[in-house]
Amino acid sequence: MEKIIQNIDIKAIRKDFPILSQQVNGKPLIYFDNAATNQKPSSVIHALTSYYSHDNANIHRGNHTLADRATAAFEDTRKAVQQFIEAKEAEEIIFTSGTTESINLVASTYGRANIKEGDEIIISGMEHHSNIVPWQLLCEEKGAVLKVIPVNELGEIEFSKFEQLLSEKTKIVSIVFASNSLGTINPIRKIIDKSHQFGAIVLVDGAQAAAHLEIDVVELDCDFFALSAHKMYGPTGVGVLYGKRELLESIPPYKGGGEMIKEVTFENTTYNDIPYKFEAGTPNIADVIAFKNAIEFINKIGKETIAEHEIELLAYATEKIKKIDRVKIIGEAKEKVSVLSFIVDDIHHFDIGQMMDARGIAVRTGHHCTQPLMHQFNIEGTVRASFSVYNTKEEIDELIISLEKIIKIL
Amino acid sequence: MSINEIQDQIINDFSLLDGDMEMSNIYLMELGQKLTDLPEKDKIEDNVVKGCQSKVWLTAELNNDNVVFYADSNTAITKGLVSLLVRVYSNQSPQDILNSELYFIEKIGMSRFIGTQRSNGFGAMIKQMKLYAIALQAKTE
Repeated sequence: MEKIIQNIDIKAIRKDFPILSQQVNGKPLIYFDNAATNQKPSSVIHALTSYYSHDNANIHRGNHTLADRATAAFEDTRKAVQQFIEAKEAEEIIFTSGTTESINLVASTYGRANIKEGDEIIISGMEHHSNIVPWQLLCEEKGAVLKVIPVNELGEIEFSKFEQLLSEKTKIVSIVFASNSLGTINPIRKIIDKSHQFGAIVLVDGAQAAAHLEIDVVELDCDFFALSAHKMYGPTGVGVLYGKRELLESIPPYKGGGEMIKEVTFENTTYNDIPYKFEAGTPNIADVIAFKNAIEFINKIGKETIAEHEIELLAYATEKIKKIDRVKIIGEAKEKVSVLSFIVDDIHHFDIGQMMDARGIAVRTGHHCTQPLMHQFNIEGTVRASFSVYNTKEEIDELIISLEKIIKIL
Repeated sequence: MSINEIQDQIINDFSLLDGDMEMSNIYLMELGQKLTDLPEKDKIEDNVVKGCQSKVWLTAELNNDNVVFYADSNTAITKGLVSLLVRVYSNQSPQDILNSELYFIEKIGMSRFIGTQRSNGFGAMIKQMKLYAIALQAKTE
């Protein structure tokens, strides 16, 4: 594996990201906020301008050349996503605005149609607000109960506690693959198998995992899988909901409008087939099309190679940061994606973020939309550095030097 | 000194830093340290100006028909920003505060803190100071 890593030409990769060559506050930009959104390669940026320069048209119903081109490109991305997550059919891929909408879609369609009073939905203690609130809304509406798998001090879910929570009442388990604030990779396969034994369906929030981990939805046997393009080198405003065909066919539509219908009369409307049943209105055509270039970017380097590089960066940064006095890492799970969350004794994360920014280093500070998790660790928030394929050890050295200086100053 | 004279003084002080963000942050933290501490009894939820990442506490009282502000923050840089607002608006009449236009924030390169209530509550604090001025103005009449 070492050999593959050496084969990555980070310098060449960095050249492909125009945004990285700028200075911020007089210093070369070091972008470590990749868990929030990562940067876009030239091919993605070019695809956006090229679409609007040459192919812009509304898709699917046009009867002219541009509409045909736009439709073909849009559907090509669906096929690329299908292959990327190893789904059986392209029809199982629904485009949404992002992971948040994907989860809301399942809660409002599958959830509304299937959840009854007294039913139980299980999430974990490390969920993003977008995988908490939609279920709270559903539980409130239906009189169902939300159960939470506890997280231990390392930031790992307590699997035995999860097993205790499962029962015949469990209808949905919705769980994050990789935590955005801690980096923890959850044992998704085991969770899915166990949930299925009790007849519950499983939604996997793959937002943070999609660019870093191998995903095979058939092998995982998950019922739904949600991801966001912008966390995988793609444009903002595009997400995916994968669902098993029989589930998608059995649940009611999400939004009403154009595209999602077969026939409309004032008395009755029949719905289109999947995936169109869930794609009402003109979709985010340009960004969906450019998303394919992002997938190609990942495929070209190879997800395994990207992951190896990122994990090496994480290990390097973790080792160095541990040597700094007063620094405590939050989230020390055995299996992690490249997210390094930490706090410094007596220094507020907001001040660290501001001081890092003054030195050209972009990190995220705050609760990372996981307030319940922060409460558990008894903290208001953390400083989070997260790494992508274009980051380097030299940049991490700069982060460490800066952190040491900032701690001295503050 | 008038509100605008104080604003001009602050702009002048910051001009020596030549837009260096790190030096500006350090200077802000020094200013924050000099701010009179808010008594612990006043650090209560009712006095909090909400921000997403840092907390600001703000109280005010009348002194010879002028408003005196007391403030604090749990983050060092925000406390520095808060101290600047206290410096500009304390010991001014409610009417002068309400008529004022804050231009120093942009001139010292800190406009990123305004309108980002989510991150530090600074924008919300300015609004709260003016609300105090309205409330205290009623008492002077």
